[in-house]
Amino acid sequence: MAKKQYAFYPGCSSQKKASADNFLRSIDKVCEKLDVQLNEIPDWNCCGASIGYGEGGELPRLVLSARNLALAEQNMPGQDMVSVCPACWLASRETAERMHESQSLLAEANEALKEAGLNLKGEVKARHFVEVLIEDLGWDAMKAPVVKPLEGLKVAGYVGCQTNRPFGIAGESFENPKYLDKMVETMGAEPLTRYEQKVTCCGGALAFSEPEKAQKQIRDIVESAYDHGADMIVTPCQLCQANVEIYQSEINKKQGTKLNLPVVYYSQLMTVAYGGSAKEAGLDGQLIKAEKLEGIASK
Amino acid sequence: MSDMNTQAVARYRNNFLKEVEERVEDGHWVRMCMQCGVCAGSCPLGPHWEHSPQKIFMMIRAGKREEVLTSDAMWMCTSCYNCIVRCPRKLPITHIMHGLAHYSHRLGLAPKGQPTREIAKLFWDSLVKTGRVNELKFSLAMYFKDGFGQGIKNAMAMQGVGLGLVKAGRLNPMEILGGHACKDKGGIQKMIAKAQEIENRKKGLTA
Ligand code: SF4
Ligand code: SF4
Repeated sequence: MAKKQYAFYPGCSSQKKASADNFLRSIDKVCEKLDVQLNEIPDWNCCGASIGYGEGGELPRLVLSARNLALAEQNMPGQDMVSVCPACWLASRETAERMHESQSLLAEANEALKEAGLNLKGEVKARHFVEVLIEDLGWDAMKAPVVKPLEGLKVAGYVGCQTNRPFGIAGESFENPKYLDKMVETMGAEPLTRYEQKVTCCGGALAFSEPEKAQKQIRDIVESAYDHGADMIVTPCQLCQANVEIYQSEINKKQGTKLNLPVVYYSQLMTVAYGGSAKEAGLDGQLIKAEKLEGIASK
Repeated sequence: MSDMNTQAVARYRNNFLKEVEERVEDGHWVRMCMQCGVCAGSCPLGPHWEHSPQKIFMMIRAGKREEVLTSDAMWMCTSCYNCIVRCPRKLPITHIMHGLAHYSHRLGLAPKGQPTREIAKLFWDSLVKTGRVNELKFSLAMYFKDGFGQGIKNAMAMQGVGLGLVKAGRLNPMEILGGHACKDKGGIQKMIAKAQEIENRKKGLTA
């Protein structure tokens, strides 16, 4: 079967040596195993993230994503744009849909894009990598490369906000999406399906500006996973991963807790189940070592 | 900045709802709110909101301009999108909160030193400079936003985390010398400036 090709938008946090550098390594491995080719969009720019609104108005934010979409259309005609970051996906998809629906908005965006020598037709679709896995490849294809089922690993699936709302994955509910648990199960691990903090907000960008308030959210997310007997938390989101992993030691310092629960990406579980090494799974990038997963990788 | 506010007051007189409808992102939706209260229970940082989104919509209709635009409530929005998927009237509440925060910031009415307002500005500045967000410079700017002394303290407090990230290959100390950037920075800056100009024109905002 021919390789599936996509215009790839990595986004700021998944660049080399950025905070989700390790995530991208595991995505590479998953793509290799599943015969997916991600073609990086040349000279892509930041999506504006959720926090861009303070200083950037509506159109300035929309044109940021419009530029990426235009570059994808021009350089990878016919390919869907794919992001691995929920915030990138959200911004790109919102822009793509709005540009597709409104000719006047598209005209305004193009007036601005002209300054950067670009033009958007408004035909390209913006999708999330999880959609590629579930919709384009399917569960059987995801399962096929499994050579090391993650037996005995108890995993709390933490979906978070922006992979789930406002768009979400087709066919899933906002209150209780099930695909992440199903991915965990497909890799041979045990999903803790009753984990109740699945879609709780980690505080997002406010972890930086309102640390105390966000850390309360994070503490709930981690403690509930412990209550269910989790060995680790798995998430599809870079900001969730960073916030929930990084601040555990801060919370311990301030509140005398002993939180020390690894937080990994779904693609890291997949890489190990597909027989990849700890390094290929990017497990060397964890602040809290995912020892059980490393153990399986080195078996 | 305050000129823009004076101009807005003169233009809209006592019609704050109209001002919001014309100038705030998705502001035309405010009228559709039926005050059911569902959104009021949706915000993760709910107890810290001076006024819930529901209350803000009511206040807009009641013409409480000053109270709404000087509040730090909208700046508590974590962009979790809980409200959007629950609202029976399908109001894009998140966007309206962002829009109100942005508008109050542009008018110079948003609370000074409000931390989310500060990081939002730092983030955007970092973005406009290089087209991509340089995480190291952004974090450093964050630590030093309250002045040099406090910056050292903040940086020390988070030192373990920073070093951990460097060791794990997730924060690149070389970034300080350049690092992640787009090739067409110039084009991106011109594009953003143009978009701002179009938006100002459309909304009758004079800078
Ligand atoms: S949920 Fe919607 S209709 Fe109900 S109060 Fe909030 S904005 Fe208004
Ligand atoms: S997106 Fe903002 S306004 Fe909506 S529920 Fe979340 S915090 Fe509240």
